[in-house]
Amino acid sequence: MPRPGFVLDVDRSTPPILFWRGENFSLEKLPAGRSRVIYAPEPLPAIEDVDGAIVHALLHPIDQDPLPALLFPGMKLTIAFDDVSLPLPKMRRPDIRQRIIEAVLDMAAEAGVDDVHIISALALHRRMTEAELRHAVGDRVYDAFAPRGHLYQHDAEDPEALTYLGTTPHGEDVEINKRAAESDLLVYVNINLVAMDGGWKSTATGLSSYKSLRHHHNPETMTHSRSFMDQHRSELHKSNWRMGKVLLDSGVKVFQIETTLNTDTFPSPFNFLSKREWEWSPRDRMTYLGTTKALNRTPHRLARNIFHSIEAPHQMTSVQAGEVEAVHRITTANVYEQQLVEVKGQTDILTMGIPYISPYNVHSILNPILVQVMALGYYFNMYRGAPLVREGGAIIMTHPCRPEFNPVHHPSYIDFFEQVLADTTDPHVMSQKWEKQYAEDEWYKHLYRTSYAYHGVHPFYMWYWGTHAMKHCSRVIVVGGDPKTVRRLGFVPASTMDDALEIASDVVGRAPTITHLHTPPLLVADVSV
Amino acid sequence: MIAQALAGRRIAVTGSTGFVGTALVERLLRSVPDCELVLLVRDGRRTPAAERVRREIFKNNAFDRLRTEWGDDFDATIARRVSVVRGDVGTDGLGLSPVDRSTFASCDVIIHSAASVAFDSPLDSAVEINLLGPMRIAALLNEEPARADGRRAHLVAVSTCYVAGNRRGNAPEELVSEGPFDIGLDWKSEVTAARRLRSDTEATSRTPDNLKRFREGARRELGAAGAPALAEKTENLREAWVKDRLVEAGRSRAASVGWPDAYAFTKALGEQALHETKGDVPVSIVRPSIIESALAEPFPGWIRGFRMAEPVIISYARGLLKEFPGVPEGTIDVIPVDIVVAAIIAVAALGPDEAPRITQVASGSTNPLKYRTLVDNVRDWFTAHPIYDSHGQPIVVPDWNFPGRGRVQKQLTRAKDLVTRSERALQSLPLRGAQATWSARLEERRGDIERALEYVELYGLYTECEAIYQVDNLMAVHERLDDDDRAAFCLDPRAVDWPTYVSTIHLPSVVQHARVKMAPGKTVVDRRDRLKRQVLDPARHVAAFDLENTLIASNVVESYSWLATRRLDTSDRIRYVARTLREAPGLLSMDRKDRADFLRYFYRRYEDAPVEQIDIDAIELLSQLIMTKSFPEGLRRVREHRALGHRTVLITGALSFAVEGLRPLFDEIVAAEMTIRPDGTYSGELSRVPPTGETRAQILADYCSAEGFRLEECVAYADSTSDLPLLEAVGFPVAVNPETRLAAIARKRGWLVENWSKAEGAPKRLLPIGPLVSEGERRRFGGDSRRGSRG
Repeated sequence: MPRPGFVLDVDRSTPPILFWRGENFSLEKLPAGRSRVIYAPEPLPAIEDVDGAIVHALLHPIDQDPLPALLFPGMKLTIAFDDVSLPLPKMRRPDIRQRIIEAVLDMAAEAGVDDVHIISALALHRRMTEAELRHAVGDRVYDAFAPRGHLYQHDAEDPEALTYLGTTPHGEDVEINKRAAESDLLVYVNINLVAMDGGWKSTATGLSSYKSLRHHHNPETMTHSRSFMDQHRSELHKSNWRMGKVLLDSGVKVFQIETTLNTDTFPSPFNFLSKREWEWSPRDRMTYLGTTKALNRTPHRLARNIFHSIEAPHQMTSVQAGEVEAVHRITTANVYEQQLVEVKGQTDILTMGIPYISPYNVHSILNPILVQVMALGYYFNMYRGAPLVREGGAIIMTHPCRPEFNPVHHPSYIDFFEQVLADTTDPHVMSQKWEKQYAEDEWYKHLYRTSYAYHGVHPFYMWYWGTHAMKHCSRVIVVGGDPKTVRRLGFVPASTMDDALEIASDVVGRAPTITHLHTPPLLVADVSV
Repeated sequence: MIAQALAGRRIAVTGSTGFVGTALVERLLRSVPDCELVLLVRDGRRTPAAERVRREIFKNNAFDRLRTEWGDDFDATIARRVSVVRGDVGTDGLGLSPVDRSTFASCDVIIHSAASVAFDSPLDSAVEINLLGPMRIAALLNEEPARADGRRAHLVAVSTCYVAGNRRGNAPEELVSEGPFDIGLDWKSEVTAARRLRSDTEATSRTPDNLKRFREGARRELGAAGAPALAEKTENLREAWVKDRLVEAGRSRAASVGWPDAYAFTKALGEQALHETKGDVPVSIVRPSIIESALAEPFPGWIRGFRMAEPVIISYARGLLKEFPGVPEGTIDVIPVDIVVAAIIAVAALGPDEAPRITQVASGSTNPLKYRTLVDNVRDWFTAHPIYDSHGQPIVVPDWNFPGRGRVQKQLTRAKDLVTRSERALQSLPLRGAQATWSARLEERRGDIERALEYVELYGLYTECEAIYQVDNLMAVHERLDDDDRAAFCLDPRAVDWPTYVSTIHLPSVVQHARVKMAPGKTVVDRRDRLKRQVLDPARHVAAFDLENTLIASNVVESYSWLATRRLDTSDRIRYVARTLREAPGLLSMDRKDRADFLRYFYRRYEDAPVEQIDIDAIELLSQLIMTKSFPEGLRRVREHRALGHRTVLITGALSFAVEGLRPLFDEIVAAEMTIRPDGTYSGELSRVPPTGETRAQILADYCSAEGFRLEECVAYADSTSDLPLLEAVGFPVAVNPETRLAAIARKRGWLVENWSKAEGAPKRLLPIGPLVSEGERRRFGGDSRRGSRG
């Protein structure tokens, strides 16, 4: 029986705590008596017969007819799937998307359906490479569909491939992938890594365009999403749900398949990363020492390549199919079961170690803007109820924060960093002054469509993710970050954790309470005030 | 008395665009209200004489005072009182039209102030202008019929005190040829010798050996800049060589017969020649010493030109000239320009009968300025008002030790040798961008030292000169003036209080004139910002970009390698790499010799490559090679230009399909085009001359004329001297990551220099080879994976 999550009160006997620092880690001693550490629950047991469970879900959907009953010869079937941003790290082969797509295709073949398109629902993310597609859907599916042009990626800038479905009662435009909208059935294959994923967000976001996205990806919505992990209190989700209603009303028939994973995040040599420090075996300690020593001597580019080659052993804990909202309720419950940790009371300082990866830099660099989104967009929002850190409190993160960007994946980020952030770090100001120019830039569109670049507007969305946290916290401190870069982000650089605490004392006093979010593995704090 | 004497007279002035000339014209117009002026002015290289008069004389700030006094009548009054004749004192008959000839000759007074005053002018031009100029005027006056009163115009010739030559002690107001130190030179044979020397030197400069040297020099400086650019540079070098030889010849000839330089030498012979050939023409000679900024008229500190003491003073204030030779107790004979002008006008007003034959205008005998006083004043002033360097730091002026000339020269020569050697060493390294600017800075430093050496050689003699110029005639003229004249035309050298003059009038004017930095703050940034603003001004029309090393850190060999190996398996890739590495040195040297030849040779490798495969692979090439090696700032700049409404043009020697991915950035892409065979493969041959070197300038010019744009409103970005023709053709050149030679040129000409780099974090691949593609993809085009990589 896996142990639930746990909040440790740091006392004098507590060993130093592990902090991620990009492609490295460090152990930091937190002040005794006023610090606590939140550990994730241990991985839930996985479903043993994955394929059996998938078939069962397809045959016994929730609030919908079984999949075979929805399939008929001559129909247009479209299968959309989550892109490379999920799961993190990438899953060992076979990916569950491959398993589900194969099961769906088997049923489609049986029903005599021969017009099938498979679309990667990447919204404004970068296109996936051939290798990444093969990893997600498997060689068999790839070789059968890609050469004929039936396996491809959603293109939010191709006017020919989009359909405008109307507006929500709130006046939000709904525009989605034409093939998906015009199909007799849209099967969506999802991986629900965090509670934010899935539901109507799969289709209304994953298959839409800038015209739609701008209605919920903006500073206003982001400020009023408290948090993204709690869909009932998230404007972002409410907007997506309204759009889902428009989809339904315009006759788009969606068969949603959602899966949840356990938090078995790192392969065995890196077990210590998920363990509680006082439970480290001598072997764990040796591995930690050996790894950090080696990493200190490794050029960080090489270290990055090593980390990005990690494939996670995470496994499926549930699969459910059927009507979007009903399915998503169960999925969310399953995610919470794995990730929720009860925490009493807020804290003055929230500390976090930022790892090498985020949904937006698979096989790439966690550039400064993504460091921001990991800290203020994701980790800060890993709560239900109230934020972990009190209003006016401080966030201290550890990350080298080098001014490094992948020129292929993040060309607009480079310009955003040099041009927009040099001008303002205020999400509201930049959305007025700069967003349009980047969103409509022909060059970024070209790179998004033909190369492997995130859309021109994407860095803005990343910055908007942090809107609530920026407003909520009075200081954000980056330990070990490149000072110039950190200042450009509007944060404060510190060389050590002690310095950072010293700097934070300006806003939280001499004896603040400290809470460390010990993640990854992922967890959501259920904060009661 | 003066104003009345000259009232109603017509006065011709030569050299009116010069320092003394401008002051003279202004003073005559202002203080002699009823005279008319005839200005003899040479056509400029581009501007006709009348336009030069308007721009170079009446727009000068000397006329600010008159503009205020006359208000709206200024232009009308000028038009009424001043007429311009086109002519040149360097030509026999002054090159005047018959009408202008009589206009000129019928004047009452001719003030001849045209001269080749540069101390480093070539011997022959100094002879033509300084020696023969006055004589030609006299000859013309003699040829024309005399005026109604039977007399000929009064010729007032401006000369210099230094005609006295290198001597100590008193120099009286008499002709040198009539004085005790005359060595009996014959001016005619000097003229013949100088002209002969010009043609001999021209001939020598054209010997094959010399021409080869100039060509090599041009190539060293410009690299593969293309035939027209190299030809132009070679010819410039030849002309510069001829000039140097003639300057040198002038200096040594002057020194050999006892004058400090060719200027004083030719002026001395000019006086002699004039007196021998003047015939009926009444002549008065006015000899000023070193003329400096105005004491009071038209306003204190007024000065034009920048050639005598000013560069020395500024070099000293910049800390460049740490020593300057001179005798501390010696006299440096300086005279403000308004005193000179007053003296000239007074001589003209006295008329041919009353005026002294020779009038010296100098301060040495009545109100001497000691060299030490000057130096002390200059040092004190610059200590209180330092010049700031480009980093915003004040420059501390050195103490002056009054060393001998030999020692200073030796020091400077040694410094120059050191800098030259380091510069050579740096230039031989393949540097780019920021490093290349070290070398450019060194070159600039060498230029500074060379200039300092020249000053020491040229002006050192003047500071060491210990002649005292007598001003008895000048004082006699002064005595004859009434009080009104003395107020309006002060010609008394004793009126100058030297310390006040140096520190409150002259130096402030010199620093203002030299536009040096007198306040803290970084100029480098200011200058860059200013240039950048100009480049990104909506008024520009077109922005042309080179590709390799300007927008991406890659080249045609890399894109070929990437395309050729994309569908190869590992073992074939290794073989390919080994072969290419073997060929690399040969390819490099070929590229350096001639870019177009190299491209033609290299592109043969694409022979037989299937068009369809290349087109598909070229899309991946954008992501995997071009974007990884791109300079984000460069791509941003292209888009900034587009956003401003400029047309953007890419001009590259790369093949069109290899740059296809960049199409959305540009309105026009001019690339090498390869012909396609009917079977759908590339032929390996280009359909036209690849756009390299001077062709690029032509392409842009053609584009502009076709689209109705002007080249002066174009911006061009390039990285190497082979693009020099393109950069020179446009109004706003930008050197991007310049190689050493281009960095030096850009610095010299004040071009904007950008140092763009790849994105931090861009993958660093040793070889331009993409990741292995899947088996199926490899065999997609007929399984013969080696098609497209011939050889």
